[in-house]
Amino acid sequence: MRWAAPATLDVAREHGLTKEEYELIVETLGRTPNLTELGVYAALWSEHCSYKSSKVYLSRFPTQGPRVVQGPGENAGCVDVGDGWVVVFKMESHNHPSFIEPYQGAATGVGGILRDVFTMGARPIMLLDSLRFGDLDAPRMRYLVDGVVRGIGDYGNCVGVPTVGGELDFHPSYNGNVLVNAMCVGIARRDGIFYARASGPGNVVIYLGSKTGRDGIHGATMASDIFSDNASQKRPTVQVGDPFTEKLLIECCLELMERGVVVGIQDMGAAGLASSAFEMAARAGCGLLLELDKVPVRETEMTPYELMLSESQERMLLVVKPPDIHEVLAVCRRWGLDAVAIGEVTASPEVRATFGGREAFSLAVGPLVDNAPRYKRPFVAPSASPAVTLPALTTRKWASDLETLLAFPGLGCAHPVFEQYDQSVGASTVVGPGADAALLLIPGTRIGIAATTDCNSVACGLDPHWGAAQAVAESVRNLACVGAEPVGVTDCLNFGSPENPQVMGQFIAAVEGLAEACRAFGVPVVSGNVSLYNETSGKGILPTPTVGMVGVVPEVRHRPSGVWAGGDVLYLVGPVEGDLGGSRYLRLVLDLEVGPIPAVDYPEERRISATVRDLVRLGLVAAKDVSDGGLAVAAVEMSGGDVGAEITLPDRTSVVRALFGEWLGRFLLAVPESCAPAVERACEGLPLTRLGRAGGGELVVRYGGKAVLRGEVKALSAMRETAMSWLTRA
Amino acid sequence: MRRPGLGARGAGFGGRTRGGWGSSPEPRTPVPGVGGGRRPKVAVVVFPGSNCDRDAMAAVEALGGEAVPVWHEGRDLAGCTAVILPGGFSYGDYLRAGAMAAHSPVMRAVRRHADKGRAVLGICNGFQMLVEVGLLPGAMLMNRSLRFICRDVHLRVERDDLPMLRHLSRGQVLRLPIAHKEGNWFATDEVVAEVEQAGAIVFRYVTPAGEVTDAANPNGALHGIAGLSNREGNVIGLMPHPERRIHPLTGGEDGAALIRGLVEAA
Repeated sequence: MRWAAPATLDVAREHGLTKEEYELIVETLGRTPNLTELGVYAALWSEHCSYKSSKVYLSRFPTQGPRVVQGPGENAGCVDVGDGWVVVFKMESHNHPSFIEPYQGAATGVGGILRDVFTMGARPIMLLDSLRFGDLDAPRMRYLVDGVVRGIGDYGNCVGVPTVGGELDFHPSYNGNVLVNAMCVGIARRDGIFYARASGPGNVVIYLGSKTGRDGIHGATMASDIFSDNASQKRPTVQVGDPFTEKLLIECCLELMERGVVVGIQDMGAAGLASSAFEMAARAGCGLLLELDKVPVRETEMTPYELMLSESQERMLLVVKPPDIHEVLAVCRRWGLDAVAIGEVTASPEVRATFGGREAFSLAVGPLVDNAPRYKRPFVAPSASPAVTLPALTTRKWASDLETLLAFPGLGCAHPVFEQYDQSVGASTVVGPGADAALLLIPGTRIGIAATTDCNSVACGLDPHWGAAQAVAESVRNLACVGAEPVGVTDCLNFGSPENPQVMGQFIAAVEGLAEACRAFGVPVVSGNVSLYNETSGKGILPTPTVGMVGVVPEVRHRPSGVWAGGDVLYLVGPVEGDLGGSRYLRLVLDLEVGPIPAVDYPEERRISATVRDLVRLGLVAAKDVSDGGLAVAAVEMSGGDVGAEITLPDRTSVVRALFGEWLGRFLLAVPESCAPAVERACEGLPLTRLGRAGGGELVVRYGGKAVLRGEVKALSAMRETAMSWLTRA
Repeated sequence: MRRPGLGARGAGFGGRTRGGWGSSPEPRTPVPGVGGGRRPKVAVVVFPGSNCDRDAMAAVEALGGEAVPVWHEGRDLAGCTAVILPGGFSYGDYLRAGAMAAHSPVMRAVRRHADKGRAVLGICNGFQMLVEVGLLPGAMLMNRSLRFICRDVHLRVERDDLPMLRHLSRGQVLRLPIAHKEGNWFATDEVVAEVEQAGAIVFRYVTPAGEVTDAANPNGALHGIAGLSNREGNVIGLMPHPERRIHPLTGGEDGAALIRGLVEAA
């Protein structure tokens, strides 16, 4: 029986463990591990599960705050939003599987993040997806985009959780590693939160959900490895999703929790039964005795090694009290789900498993979970991006530059993508995809929950610290546009190989930037995920620390709008000129990826965002954050493709910085004439420029008495539609 | 493409002897009074995989009814006098949308209920089920884009002389969301002609100005058909989601009139 055979160093290496790690295992056990034990160690000590290269830095995040109910360390973070309600949220990557098999990779990414949220006792109410692809003309890229979008859609649509936001961006650094970061937000009553703890010796361990197959074995180790050129050979390590079973699991688990018969619960995600068993035991300081013969299987002759490491989807591990077993099994049966008692909680902190009448393995919990290796890998601090003298940018054809920007798929209209997602199931969507942030109501209340994802990876490549900090600042601005105050952050840190000192330097700087900005804005980080080794044939991705931010509107009274109406007065809040460092304009128009990325003026941005937030809540303004593509692109978006505007830039302004500069906390506001005096009063003390007025069918920008940019908004908006229209062409 | 049984079933529509379509109406059973301040009871059938059931129940409650969830294994409709078959992916819809649900135990009760002339509203997956069981004519094909589509569409109300449509006016244009992959209504020429002639079309996809055009048709449904009734008018199915539009903050109230009509028809 190979699964019980002693495992040598060579076998350990095949599992991605180093010689030192193998020796540590042998020393801890006082013997050579058998193959199953080694497999469990390799999975739990993989980068994906153990965070061994990143953990020492993640402690820099602020994780506390008056609203925080649960910070990092559980399946998802949990924050109080008032009236006895909490939001539970997390973002997670499914990059490696999605590159190998985009449809199933993305679908199971959605499934996994949903489970992380309902495992906590929360009903999922929205999904967001931050997606990064390479050049649309790179090999397989359109196939990847199409597969990822269909995978996300088919899964989310079937489980009935609306997909309401996220990002879609493109850069050649993702040609060999696309990023699929899925975020889920759920709601629960504050006293109805559940934890992944296997406590109470004598309690029963119940396996719930799909049967176990051989799919996804080694998923965690695959996600902790770089790709060579033959990534397609790893296709069998990608799991297959079943959203129908997931929907049943959601309803079944929430019902069991409501009945009060759940002691602890966790999904079987990366590293399958191995990680859920050991992590649940570790959190409770207990142990488990598992009878592996009882695990429901869908393939024959599965070994303990396979049973522990399979990543078959839609499976949960429950701990219940013995008197409640019948009730639990009856509820599961009514939902048509397999539920089997497969073991019990023990007092001694070790996980033991039997198989075929003999002991399959016995491993102490502590050394495996808490004593995983921690690495302070060598790093090189990123150097400041060199100063570049820009060409003279005074007499260009601004309209044609704007058209270049609008034709870029990352700035275009993502309707062909969003249309494939159910955005309104739940009947609570106030603001759906395509806006700065999504806004939903907690059903039956007026409490608004907003969410956004953000990251400018080009900026992060140029300056990881300020690039990451800017992602936090922009998320705060996005939430302000729907009137929401930020209450918590989840992050998904996507980087190349940590064994590359440059990459490690980027990672550390980005974490520091995120931590600093979250502290400055007073927003705790309550959950997150690290995805390293996003590298193919030695080429890493741009550092992509994606920020997922959740905000609250205590009482939604108006539906926030992101478009202006004819006659509205237009204002720019913040400096007239933006900054071109790392901008879309430099990259797409001048083919320059250069900095510097400006620092975030935290106190100023806080003041501006707070003011805009209040104005939106009062229904006085339509607001748009000026970010990718600058004021010109923001204006096209606010036109809704319908109503034009006349904008006059103040004298002594750099036209290019005003129209195409980014950063610096700028907002474009549209205000009905009658509200203009109130808005001007509210903005006293802030930089505020009256730009002009909405009306007509043309966007006209004047400077120095001349029209420097002119275009039909219908045509400009149509240009935004073209970049992704191939996706839905039958 | 798929759906091998289409031809046979299509041919049979005109001659169906069971259910609403093509059969002579049974005597209408008097609906018990709803006086005394009691709210009319509306059953919302919950299939494994239903995902608009909660929204439908909330809408019924918001519009004056009492929503009663009825499990798919139920043998009766718990004394309710109207029923909603909600949206979702019943039994996963891995076979064909609504095909498994059509054979569920509760469907026999729904059919009896319909045969007594009582109100049945099928929304999205519910419309697909009504077509699968033959309470409504035609068949649902995959959208012509072969993709799931979620967007707001405009619907023209084609008739207002049925109890469920009492709060709507003929010619009125509603804006409601669709969210489906199989909403491309199809039937043989003979059935389409019969449907048109019987005035069984309740909603059509139109432009905001109320015109039937190909561009306003999101899924390729014949004659822009978005919603249908049976001959007796007590069974209505539509692809768009009225239950998602009953509050101005969440996109408007264009769905309220139909749900209110259903509650009052109960």
